[in-house]
Amino acid sequence: MATAAHRIARTREEDSPADEAALAAAYEAAFDAAVAADERIEPRDWMPDAYRATLVRQIAQHAHSEIIGMQPEANWITRAPSLRRKAILMAKVQDEAGHGLYLYSAAETLGTSRDELLDKLHSGRQKYSSIFNYPTLTWADVGAIGWLVDGAAITNQVPLCRCSYGPYARAMVRICKEESFHQRQGYELLQALSRGTPEQHEMAQDAVNRWWWPSLMMFGPPDDQSQHSAQSMTWKIKRHSNDELRQRFVDICVPQAESLGLTLPDPDLRWNEERGHYDFGEIDWTEFREVLKGNGPCNEQRITQRRAAHDEGTWVREAAAAYAEKHTAKDITKDRSKDITKDGAKDGETTA
Amino acid sequence: MTTSEWPLWEVFVRSRRGLSHTHAGSLHAPDAELALRNARDLYTRRGEGVSIWVVPSAAITASSPDEKDPFFEPAADKPYRHPTFYEIPEGVKHL
Amino acid sequence: MTETTKARKTREPVPHIAAALALGDDALVLSHRLGEWAGHAPVLEEEVALANIALDLLGQARVLLSMAGDEDELAYLREERAFRNVQLVEQPNGDFAHTIARQLYFSTYQRLLYAHLAAGDGEFAGLAAKAVKEVAYHQDHAEQWTLRLGDGTEVSHERMRRACQALWRFTGEMFQPVEGLDVDGEGIRAVWLESVSAVLRQATLDVPEGPQSGAWSAGAGRQGLHTEPFGRMLAEMQHLHRSHPGASW
Repeated sequence: MATAAHRIARTREEDSPADEAALAAAYEAAFDAAVAADERIEPRDWMPDAYRATLVRQIAQHAHSEIIGMQPEANWITRAPSLRRKAILMAKVQDEAGHGLYLYSAAETLGTSRDELLDKLHSGRQKYSSIFNYPTLTWADVGAIGWLVDGAAITNQVPLCRCSYGPYARAMVRICKEESFHQRQGYELLQALSRGTPEQHEMAQDAVNRWWWPSLMMFGPPDDQSQHSAQSMTWKIKRHSNDELRQRFVDICVPQAESLGLTLPDPDLRWNEERGHYDFGEIDWTEFREVLKGNGPCNEQRITQRRAAHDEGTWVREAAAAYAEKHTAKDITKDRSKDITKDGAKDGETTA
Repeated sequence: MTTSEWPLWEVFVRSRRGLSHTHAGSLHAPDAELALRNARDLYTRRGEGVSIWVVPSAAITASSPDEKDPFFEPAADKPYRHPTFYEIPEGVKHL
Repeated sequence: MTETTKARKTREPVPHIAAALALGDDALVLSHRLGEWAGHAPVLEEEVALANIALDLLGQARVLLSMAGDEDELAYLREERAFRNVQLVEQPNGDFAHTIARQLYFSTYQRLLYAHLAAGDGEFAGLAAKAVKEVAYHQDHAEQWTLRLGDGTEVSHERMRRACQALWRFTGEMFQPVEGLDVDGEGIRAVWLESVSAVLRQATLDVPEGPQSGAWSAGAGRQGLHTEPFGRMLAEMQHLHRSHPGASW
């Protein structure tokens, strides 16, 4: 992800604002044509400010969701009931850190640093997926998150692999590839519970009861109330509408729930022969808006922990920066020109 | 003491011997040694690589999209550089 | 279940089983402690690094415990006094400096031990040959961070100094003889001390002074005597498994 390249381009643009303005119309036409032709937009290409802002907002929210999403699952790492499950869960939570990292990198290609984005997360100016404001109360919740939450996320994310912005699309390809095990492990976990003792079965059903509706909310408000959807579709940041993806998810889940031997908590759920889809009940959008506003069961807790991790890590990050500063002979990032004259053989460029 | 962010590094991974290093992504690290280790942990944890390069993002000089035409268009009208430009009589082999 | 018969064997004094428990418990307990970092690491890149180390250790633990019986029965159904890990690995994470000091002390030892076992032809040679590569990376990670914390800022230097000092008295136990392992503990101690001292000095830290073992003649972790935080760690680790006797997960 050519962040550096982007930074250079920005500097140049700032050097000659007049030129930029004069070229804007031509650029815009080129941009529209590229998007229409399904070409990818790359970091140093000209792009409308609103396109850039939309991407930063969406990628940042996605990245924040990955790292906040570590918390509800990490909650069970120390209590995982078998060593096999413990290893799987650790690897999964680790992947989420990695995915957060890929996504912050993608956002950085748009000229916004990770620090800036984290600061916005910590101060509540940027959001993360509301689903992570729900608590993981039992071990079965780990399974429900894998099956339903990751399932919904994958339904959302697969089309993003074709998103018009290159770095985001590439990050999503990597993420989707790695995430394929996340949903499966959740399903397998629930299956073991559902076919286990009556207590385990009940635990699984209870988790599905609590996670089903919030999972449906993950697709966002209904199409007629979604403020960003239309523009994002034109820009090919988004490829399908919220309701379309939600329906796809419901259709996938119903037979999967049957195979699990668990029921989905919706009395209105039934096959509609005419539509060729499952009909489902009304989503409680009041709850959705309230959780979004900060009134979910865990909003406060999640942000507090995130901030604490960041603040308690400050002295560590500073120590490493100070060490790098002291040992500049090995470091070509700080002041390259000086280093090159001072130390022709830069051992910073290492091949493993 | 500075609280500024660790610099950004670009990571290139050789997925197996015989192939060249390809760009895998980027990450933050305070220095080259940790950049290399972070890259190992992040970009090869599923056995994706046998060798890693890390390069400070600031050290990359890139061509500009503004210069796209003068840079790349002149190469587009020289079809005689490509083997398909030439007509070879049917039946002639090993050419 | 055949596992129960295997587990029963653990109560008999079979030398290689005692050793598998000692090494397996070391790896299991340290992995658990590192797992507690998830979501709390100082920077995202370090989340990934710590989890990698924890996963390596958990993998080792599963192989070792399976040599002694059923991995889950051993991990989840033994009482505190039956665990044979050294006390060093059960110490709470503390701040990042404590975690790094613990990693430095333990991974240096573990690498020397596994290198020795890999060179032999005993029951552990196969596992050790694979694990020694993982542990070499753990040691490198610990050394890199020891340098940065020791030779970073005043704050980090002081934190790292305190951490190295605080954990020093848990280091001697690693060089005790382990039943079933043909290892020269004192030989390992000498190389360990040399290696750790070199890193600490490069990190501008003094090699801690004072005894390397606590003054309790009853023994320590290898004898099944642990520190207070370990009981709480096990309570958390085992409670779900124990709440559903006989269940599969």
